[in-house]
Amino acid sequence: MNDGVEQTRGLSVLDRPNSYIGKTVPRPNLDRLMQGRGLYVSDMTLPRMVHVVFLRSPHAHAKILNIDSVAAKAMPGVIAVVTGRELADVITPWIGVLTHLKGLKSAPQHAIAIDRVCWQGEAVAAIVATSRALAEDAAEQMSVDYEELTPVTNMRTALDAETPVIHPDLGDNLAFERNLDAGAIDKAFADSDEVVEAEFVFGRHTGVTLEPRAVLADWNAGEARLTIYQGTQAPHMVQNISAKHLGLEEAQVRVVCKDVGGSFGIKVHIYADEMATYALSKLLRRPVKFVADRVESFSTDIHARDHVCKGRIGVNKDGTITGFEIDDLTGIGPYSMYPRTSAIEANQVVNLVGGPYTTPNYRARTRVVFQNKNVTCQYRGVGHPIACSITEVLVDLAARAIGMDPIEIRRRNLVADDAYPCASPSGMKFEALSHHASIDRLLSIMDYDALRAEQAELRKQGIYRGIGIASFVEVTNPAAAFYGVGGARISSQDGVTVRLDATGSVVCQTSITEQGQGSESLTAQIVGSVLGVSMSRVRVILGDTDNTPYGGGTWASRGAGIGGEAALQSAKALRKNILDVAAAILQAKPGDLDIVENSVVDLVGGQQRIEMHELARIVYFRPDTLPPGFQAELMATRHFVPREYPFAFTNGVQASWLEVDPNTGFITLLKHWVVEDCGTIINPQLVDEQIRGGVVQGLGAALYEHCIYDERGQLTNANMADYLVPMSGEMPDISIGHVVSPTMESELGAKGAGEAGTAGAAACVANAVNDALAPFGATVTEIPLTPRLILTALGTI
Amino acid sequence: MKASAFSYIRPTTIDDALALLAQYGEQAKVLSGGQSLMPALNLRLSAPEWLVDIGGLSDLRTIAVSRGLLRIGALARHVDVLKSADVAEHAPLLADAMVHVAHPAIRNKGTMGGNLAHADPASEMPACMIALDAVIVVRSRAGERRLQARDFFIGIYETALAAEELLVAVEIPVANQNSVRFFHEYARRNGDYAIVGLAASATLDGGSFADLRLGFFAVGDRPLLATAARHLIGRPVTAAMLAEAQAALEAELDPQEDQQAPVAMRKHLARQLLALCVATLLGRADLEARRSA
Repeated sequence: MNDGVEQTRGLSVLDRPNSYIGKTVPRPNLDRLMQGRGLYVSDMTLPRMVHVVFLRSPHAHAKILNIDSVAAKAMPGVIAVVTGRELADVITPWIGVLTHLKGLKSAPQHAIAIDRVCWQGEAVAAIVATSRALAEDAAEQMSVDYEELTPVTNMRTALDAETPVIHPDLGDNLAFERNLDAGAIDKAFADSDEVVEAEFVFGRHTGVTLEPRAVLADWNAGEARLTIYQGTQAPHMVQNISAKHLGLEEAQVRVVCKDVGGSFGIKVHIYADEMATYALSKLLRRPVKFVADRVESFSTDIHARDHVCKGRIGVNKDGTITGFEIDDLTGIGPYSMYPRTSAIEANQVVNLVGGPYTTPNYRARTRVVFQNKNVTCQYRGVGHPIACSITEVLVDLAARAIGMDPIEIRRRNLVADDAYPCASPSGMKFEALSHHASIDRLLSIMDYDALRAEQAELRKQGIYRGIGIASFVEVTNPAAAFYGVGGARISSQDGVTVRLDATGSVVCQTSITEQGQGSESLTAQIVGSVLGVSMSRVRVILGDTDNTPYGGGTWASRGAGIGGEAALQSAKALRKNILDVAAAILQAKPGDLDIVENSVVDLVGGQQRIEMHELARIVYFRPDTLPPGFQAELMATRHFVPREYPFAFTNGVQASWLEVDPNTGFITLLKHWVVEDCGTIINPQLVDEQIRGGVVQGLGAALYEHCIYDERGQLTNANMADYLVPMSGEMPDISIGHVVSPTMESELGAKGAGEAGTAGAAACVANAVNDALAPFGATVTEIPLTPRLILTALGTI
Repeated sequence: MKASAFSYIRPTTIDDALALLAQYGEQAKVLSGGQSLMPALNLRLSAPEWLVDIGGLSDLRTIAVSRGLLRIGALARHVDVLKSADVAEHAPLLADAMVHVAHPAIRNKGTMGGNLAHADPASEMPACMIALDAVIVVRSRAGERRLQARDFFIGIYETALAAEELLVAVEIPVANQNSVRFFHEYARRNGDYAIVGLAASATLDGGSFADLRLGFFAVGDRPLLATAARHLIGRPVTAAMLAEAQAALEAELDPQEDQQAPVAMRKHLARQLLALCVATLLGRADLEARRSA
């Protein structure tokens, strides 16, 4: 067999002449996007298309007494005004729970509120008109009578007896609770030289995609079929869910996902207003478009984080960390989001705290409570920045308590690089991580000792700089353990089909999706490398449930690891088929042939034997010349899902160098470093930019981003002037290094890199700020780290 | 986020523009660079019946110096001011401040007249105008009025401009040889509205201030020409004089609490700014009083 021959040569299918693996090559979609030829949902227009605007509740919690739409219906251009009650005839409600999250409960949620609104921004009516502007004009004519109810806005008191229960049928405001007790934490703490504790606060923030959520739903009554054009990360999930609640067969729904202007997890969910748009198209029997505007993006795109967590760490004078304990609380809004639920982030926090360290003693509790604010759900780095911040800030506080350098305490407690496979106290299985190698690499690229010397020198001049370190683990490549085992029809496997065309070009259909991270590029790089054809001859098709294999899509850093392996295996299969054809044509043995630079060549000597386009010509137009009984198969499909480990884990370490002005509380980021181990690197530039982008989003959370609600449940900063996103002017240079430990679960060995940057950025900034403030004896354990917080910690205000 | 329907008209002469403003009065809004007005329209915070687009009045875009005055037309874009050699020579404070006004894309469209007429109390330009003792020139069919900048700004988004009047220019006395200036603001990000800012213009006499005009912004409902400056003029500044001035300043401030800063933080930062300003202008690092552990 060909592979056998290659192995004897010491080469994998990826390590071939002219391989694209490990090389920075331009993304195939770059020119198209740079020339303004992208096709986003907002760009699309269909015949008879109308626009929907949702009238949204101004109250966080209120009964809907009456909706008067007479005046709105009389406005120019208005096609329909539809209430929740009317739409409920077309689409059924849902409950966002998963069975593997034991005890998770939520209430039925409708596409449009019927009797009651539960957060400011929940839709109470749909106004459909011939343009968005006319629909907004009509929306101003709507009259809704509300009876305000007491909003539940403080998560700390959500479970108190005197707090109203948002969904009386559920009995209380507790959506989910998980308790974990591993090892012997009480004894460990009792025996420790020091036990340090802190309360951590993580502000709510959101994804702020450049392109807002957008849907164009087109019910074709003639063929009883709904086509949904949507910027989504998971087309097959949208197909399944929309069909289920519209009473359709999956085959009656096609989901098409063209270009997407950023997702970050915001677009991996199914929102009530999107469901309403599908239903409106079916009801009105015409295409209906919904494009969220910026204000409703802030008030309805899922929010994330919003945790308060007490943490404790035990440490001995020799630096041994004896255990971690956390008591976490998070408010998720009035419903658990559908279909992935809003308990995953809290669950991840429990899974990941202490993850990089050897201590077996770990106790955790998390409680997830309902509140009358927008829903929270999975956003880039789900749970990771919280778990990493709690862990790493505690480690630094422990180091300070015993007078040890932050690097030294990590060296003494991080799981050894040769200790794998192993499991964390929370049961996470680690295949092969490289914490120590990563720290070594970090110290060399940041020149840690020189920086410490500089810090000491500057302190004498009244300049306060800090160094922060954060080791982390990152969940990638989730198998069915994430959602499938809990009953969600969200595929954990992906598939790729490759086909050699009549001119020797390759068409590749993949079930992973592209939102800017480079799925298209990595697929073409892998297929081109394995097949031995130029990337320019590989055309990748994504985002169409009619025209790709069935699969999960792109989320949880799974595109490269899972979709990439499916691409590799399908290309291997096609390659074998091509060589079988070539052998038949050339009267040679397949094992004596290879494909290099678009031609079949002799494996030994490299003599060119037949070009791919010639081979294809014979197969498609002169099959009569092939040997009798030989059927060429120039199309191959393979699927992949990891089976041995429920998740791959990557790891890494980040460092921050910053200055705090004690006069003003302002923080200036000076430099940031990341060393990351994502396994096999397919495209170094794409990996590095993924990490940089992730770091920037993490820095946004650390310093700026915050959805600020008042006590009445009003989101008070739903605009780009008051909600501060990280901007290039404040961002430091971000240097990146790599350690490569490929996963053995796949031939590709890629583990994913999408969320590593976000996982550790806030933690190392918090540690750096506390390091800078150490001479003042001040500690801050809340993000975003605003000047106001710093000045308060310093006692200035 | 689509504006309510409005009628749009684009006059080609100033007289036509003034006639339209006289005709429509409060029903009209003047569209200049549109960098504040358009978001307000799209958010439906403002819904005028008429939009009078003065973008075609190219006479209002000039920047020129004559008879000891730098005159900046209302339609001069922020980028024009930033790049103007006349501004750099005669009112460098404006160039220093302008880099803090939003971002290049906004500075390419935003205009001086629009900025001043909008009268955002957190905006840089109004504070510069009071620090530079500028005159705001407004015109209506009835004629021209010339207002001292400190009289022009009267509240949050509120000016002395009448509905039928158009802001046509500002006139700034040119800087003399002994003029020095200071600009600094505390903002969360480059281009954000300041939490507190200070635009200052001074005349030095040896190591003392002969004159000191302190234009604070984001400390009240309008830019503040701080009278605290009087404690610092005419003799060498001592730490005690500076402390006195800081105390006087704090009494003058009437800042609002917002999401970035409570009142106490604004007052604290204003004091910091004053010390930084004085230390910088006099080259006296000893006056800065940096906090150390």
